[in-house]
Amino acid sequence: MVHAQYLVVGSSHAALEAVSAIRMHDPEGSLALVTRDSRPPYSPTVLPYVVSGRSAPDNVFLRAADYFAGQRVAYMADRALARLDPERNAATLSDGVEIAYDKLLLATGASPAIPPIPGIEQVPYHVLRTLDDALKLKAAVAASRRAVVLGGGLVGMHAAENLVKGGVEVTIVEMQPQVLGTYFDSVAASLIERAFIENGARLLTGRRVVRLSSDADGVVVHLDDGQAIEADLLLTATGVKPDMGYLAGSSVAHDEGILVDDYMRTNVANVWAAGDCAQARDFFGERPVMNAILPDAAEQGRIAGMAMAGDPGVKAYAGGVPLNTYNFFGRHAIAVGVGATPAGGEERVRRDDARGSYLRVVVNDGRLQGIFGVNAFFDGGVMRQLILRRIDISAALDRLVADPLTTGREFMSRLWK
Amino acid sequence: MGQTYATIAFDAAKCNGCSKCMSACASAKTGVDDIARARIQVMPTAFGFQLAMCRQCGDPKCVTVCPAGALAKDGESGVIAWDGDKCVDCLLCTMGCAYAGIAPDAVDGRVAKCDMCDGAPACVSVCPTGALRHVTSARIYNEVGGWEDMFAPGLAGCQGCNTELLMRHTMRRVGPDSVLATPPGCVPGMGSVGYNGLTGTKVPVFHPLLTNTAAMLAGVKRQLKRKGREVTAMAIAGDGGASDVGFQSLSGAAERGEQILFMVVDNEGYMNTGMQRSSCTPYGAWTSTTPVGRESKGKTQDAKNLPLLMVNHRCAYVATASTAFMEDLYDKLDKAIAASKHGFAYLHVYSPCTTGWRFPTDQNMEVARKAVETNFVMLWEFSPGDGLHFTRPVDAPLPVTEYLKAMGRFRHLDDDQIRHIQSKVEENRAIIEQIATKRTEPEPPAQDRYVAGHKTTR
Repeated sequence: MVHAQYLVVGSSHAALEAVSAIRMHDPEGSLALVTRDSRPPYSPTVLPYVVSGRSAPDNVFLRAADYFAGQRVAYMADRALARLDPERNAATLSDGVEIAYDKLLLATGASPAIPPIPGIEQVPYHVLRTLDDALKLKAAVAASRRAVVLGGGLVGMHAAENLVKGGVEVTIVEMQPQVLGTYFDSVAASLIERAFIENGARLLTGRRVVRLSSDADGVVVHLDDGQAIEADLLLTATGVKPDMGYLAGSSVAHDEGILVDDYMRTNVANVWAAGDCAQARDFFGERPVMNAILPDAAEQGRIAGMAMAGDPGVKAYAGGVPLNTYNFFGRHAIAVGVGATPAGGEERVRRDDARGSYLRVVVNDGRLQGIFGVNAFFDGGVMRQLILRRIDISAALDRLVADPLTTGREFMSRLWK
Repeated sequence: MGQTYATIAFDAAKCNGCSKCMSACASAKTGVDDIARARIQVMPTAFGFQLAMCRQCGDPKCVTVCPAGALAKDGESGVIAWDGDKCVDCLLCTMGCAYAGIAPDAVDGRVAKCDMCDGAPACVSVCPTGALRHVTSARIYNEVGGWEDMFAPGLAGCQGCNTELLMRHTMRRVGPDSVLATPPGCVPGMGSVGYNGLTGTKVPVFHPLLTNTAAMLAGVKRQLKRKGREVTAMAIAGDGGASDVGFQSLSGAAERGEQILFMVVDNEGYMNTGMQRSSCTPYGAWTSTTPVGRESKGKTQDAKNLPLLMVNHRCAYVATASTAFMEDLYDKLDKAIAASKHGFAYLHVYSPCTTGWRFPTDQNMEVARKAVETNFVMLWEFSPGDGLHFTRPVDAPLPVTEYLKAMGRFRHLDDDQIRHIQSKVEENRAIIEQIATKRTEPEPPAQDRYVAGHKTTR
């Protein structure tokens, strides 16, 4: 049996940050990284840009080829975690190899959630989560004339934009009444939707797919209003969920994801979890949440790595704050925090339709709860700090709405420079 | 030893909002004088001008959240470099940075950040007030880190003492071809001469009497020279040993022009043996032999100005230095080493004593800095060819009370005593100014001049 003091499973942001954090405190302890991917580490977030051709597929890696050797990390690619036996501190890999660990990090990410649509198993469809997915989709986009994208989230919208720009006739089908509902309110979404429609995409919001079938040219998508849309390319992008099959038979507690405390520890000794597979504290609420975004994955991975290595500098996770940036047709949208205005809270909106810009600020008890902009830039990292530090901004609210860039930087200079 | 880097420091108190830095940056980086496109943004706020620019973090969050591998910290320069070919314009880096150090360019929409202009920042070079400074002292630590440490690990200084720093830096610079003399005091007390028959150094070290340090070292140097061996003969002595009973041998060696480097670590008393007063203890200070009670109110005599006495020996080199100004200290150390090859070199380094002066252990550099900012200590150097001149002139010194109140040994002072100390500071300054050579070259640029009250902010 192979032994590793530290075993990290996964190779994206959470895993990589954990490796750096462990090495910062313990340069020598034996460390193995296991990943189901066959390639060097990359980010799922960059994949839409591989599909569009903006990023060369061999130029997206997050670590140099000699990084792991230099850090004395055994990089075990092309095999997944198959089974976990925390009683014996042992993990079994898909190739049968068993690794005994002292400390284990599960940073296994998530996989596309395939919607339970009748007929889906009988038709060809694409997903976008791995570099292989991206290369397949890129080839298919080049050959496509008519495409359907299921899901108006970030992955679906990015892909749809690529298809539009490739001259493909695209239909986006979204169950919710708006696209990007996780991050943006209906006004912001309408600005984004308008850009898509102006560029030739067809957008069907509030519509559900009831059945999929195939015909000579490809796939037929049957909607709940009776429409049938033919497509030679079908992309399902209806969200992600963690693969947790390896937990079967173990006592590691999980719900939507693996449940962790504020140091990313699971309920089982010597096992941590971080990133898209973890369900952790919500900054705004009591119930642990899935916050499958890149900055949180990086932060959780770092906390887990520090905790595993026994770094005394480790600080408790403050809780997930939703964050996102989204670029579409040369415009940008930025979301920090939570958009629903709470009871007793206040919202401020500034719109400039001529410039297509929109800014919405939500405040609760004098504290910033969320700020959302379309074509209205502000420093998201600064706003995030205002939220995390629970800074009373009530006296500066008017200025924050009028000029979020300068006002945010003023707070920064005064409070945490 | 980890790499440390040059940085751009901003002093809000000196900024007048002229925006020349922004113009210079925009011109250098975009070719257009449009301050909206500058990578350094100075803005007026209710509490003065403030700055948004990349801090080239040691632990850069922009890098960790970049999905495209487009941002990376360069191990050599410390600059966080942006690769425009890899960048996908997702703006996630702006979410990672808590300091507004990376933001989209106002014209092309791609993120832009400070790249330190390859080591010659355009913004700093045009700052008329010295509010922006290019702090390069990091290079010292990188260089010194590569040299061999001449002391064993685990010197036993008091917590918060700067003398270990000084000893290790000095001897790394002096190097292995040296002989070290450390007379009784804090330096051997820390372990320079070792314990149980083993020395604390990797070079020959000896423990002379307080009285004969310079004489013994001069003899060792002469004998080695006779044998054809070229070594740096180095003494690290306390102020008590140098200014009191050791003064006759020091004075004699200086007068004869012995080729040695004599460094005094001045903590203004016999701190190693229980904080007795020395002739370098300042007026009014509490020591165990100048107590504070109903009658006694601390030392009743003024301190001897030992470095000035050494100037009057016309040594090959004499300088005062402070560990709060390491670049200055290093310049002087280099000159002193060079001078010791042909004559007597004397370095007088002020060493605030956390135990004997009674200040918190994390305040050593701050106390050392305050001493200079109030002119209680003046940084100058002298050589027979160039005369005496200030190396860190203080344009507008703080009142001496800013220094006195930083520590417990002056807590009891009454107004008359404070007035006396202030008048002595001014008298000392006047005397040294009279001796100082009028500079024929132009004044140093604003960023190299020192204004009291300056606080380095990153």
